[in-house]
Amino acid sequence: MHTVWTIAKKELQSYFDSLIAYILLILFLGFSGFFTWLYGSDIFMTGQASLQVFFSVAYWTLFFFAPALTMRLLAEEKKSGTIELLLTKAVTDRQVVYGKFLSAFLLVIIALLFTAPYVITLSIIGNIDAGEIICGYIGLALLSAAYISIGLYASSITTNQIVAFLLALTIGLFFHIIFDILAGNFTGFGSKLLSQLSITNHFESISRGVVDSRDLIYFGSIIFIGLFLSELSLTKRNMN
Amino acid sequence: MDIQIENLSKKYGNQKAVDNISFEVKPGEVLGFLGPNGAGKSTTMKMITGYLSLGEGDILLGGRSVRGQSDEFKRHIGYLPENNPLYLDMEVIDYLEFCAALQGMKKNQIDLRVREMVAVCGLNPEKHKKIGELSKGYRQRVGLAQAMIHDPEILVLDEPTTGLDPNQIVEIRKLIRQLGKEKTVVLSTHILPEVEATCDRILIINKGKIVANGTAENLRRQAAGQEILKVKIEDGAAEEIMRELRRIKTVDLVELVDKSQNRFEVQSNTGFSSKREIFTLCVQKGWMLSELIPLETRLEDIFRNLTLN
Repeated sequence: MHTVWTIAKKELQSYFDSLIAYILLILFLGFSGFFTWLYGSDIFMTGQASLQVFFSVAYWTLFFFAPALTMRLLAEEKKSGTIELLLTKAVTDRQVVYGKFLSAFLLVIIALLFTAPYVITLSIIGNIDAGEIICGYIGLALLSAAYISIGLYASSITTNQIVAFLLALTIGLFFHIIFDILAGNFTGFGSKLLSQLSITNHFESISRGVVDSRDLIYFGSIIFIGLFLSELSLTKRNMN
Repeated sequence: MDIQIENLSKKYGNQKAVDNISFEVKPGEVLGFLGPNGAGKSTTMKMITGYLSLGEGDILLGGRSVRGQSDEFKRHIGYLPENNPLYLDMEVIDYLEFCAALQGMKKNQIDLRVREMVAVCGLNPEKHKKIGELSKGYRQRVGLAQAMIHDPEILVLDEPTTGLDPNQIVEIRKLIRQLGKEKTVVLSTHILPEVEATCDRILIINKGKIVANGTAENLRRQAAGQEILKVKIEDGAAEEIMRELRRIKTVDLVELVDKSQNRFEVQSNTGFSSKREIFTLCVQKGWMLSELIPLETRLEDIFRNLTLN
């Protein structure tokens, strides 16, 4: 665990050193703030003390945010050869994958923490439903974790960061909308299966204020499978 | 902790990168790993350090097999990979602290040890720079520093002196020699004089197989075969000297190198020396023997002989 934290800390530090962290934080807060407070069906327009607008904007920004964070995590190490140096230290493949995952996840959590003023402001100007807001944040955190896990896998199978980014978006797009759209085109079991696979349905069910064990298992499975496959593709260096 | 390698093989697809090699390295010994590019040096080193899993055969470290257990042994090994990959956007100090932490060192030890390594590797003037801003020589020192940061019992160095200037090379070699007194060191290189300067034993590997194993002197003796002497004889006609030299029983071949200066190369029959005979000949004829230099078989020649066929 200590090793995982050491790796995560180093990655987090390099997000901030390389300005990636600042750029993404500004973009994230800029987009979500703009649509939540200033433009379109913003809070003043709808006149409700609810952060639903923010959650649905963040739902999209985090979808793009995650692959941008994960694209270099393993691809760059593989390209520059530092992966060899890292894996010959007293660390396991798994600790490397978990550490990298944790670093990206922590950055997303930091971004979400910066939106705390939204909640505070809202609680001053109206009566908020605390449960709904907490659940919304949990939903965003789980959603990001799932996309980070997918992005990490994409980064583990290539040495090119752009490829890793696009691949992560492509895989993510299926979970984000394509499964949901396809579900509408089928009937019966196929439709049910596809709509179960869609992140949208699980995210909406959580952000409505109910954290169901089915949704937790769904997100947990995506995260686990992504991390497992990333580890597998690191270990695969032995089989070429 | 000693290294024992037993019948180790490793395949990449259908190609055997390492083919049934066995050798041993003891603590206090520096083993030089020689071989042309693609001979299997790096692959062997990657297996010792636990980056690649073993093919067939086994590696024993301190008498225990690393098969499936390589994670346990990583702590005892310091590794400098080929081309010295580093995180270019990290500061030297931060990087060394990161490496020390990964090797499981305690927080209060890390500071002291990092300072020590910075001093040993001469990194003091550059320690707060980003690694990407350093020259190749300094990067190499950072690579060595990270390999030694946790005071490992085994050091595996893949071409440790590439990119260094002659002064730095001398320093690094001295450092390796010093480390080799108590640690088990395996280093690979293309630079042959380096092996003689730093290694107790030489292992030449070609196409995945060991083709020579021994001290530099040992290899020379095996490869020497025939004695070759450079001779310069004054006060006589070149043709006559040639004729007389050829008459000596132990002489196999005489070659006139420089007619105006009466320089010859005399090759003796295998197992015989002709120095005494040449001297007696000159005394008899009243010639002056002004040069008699035995030609040592160079390591380069041994290397070429063993790896070109």
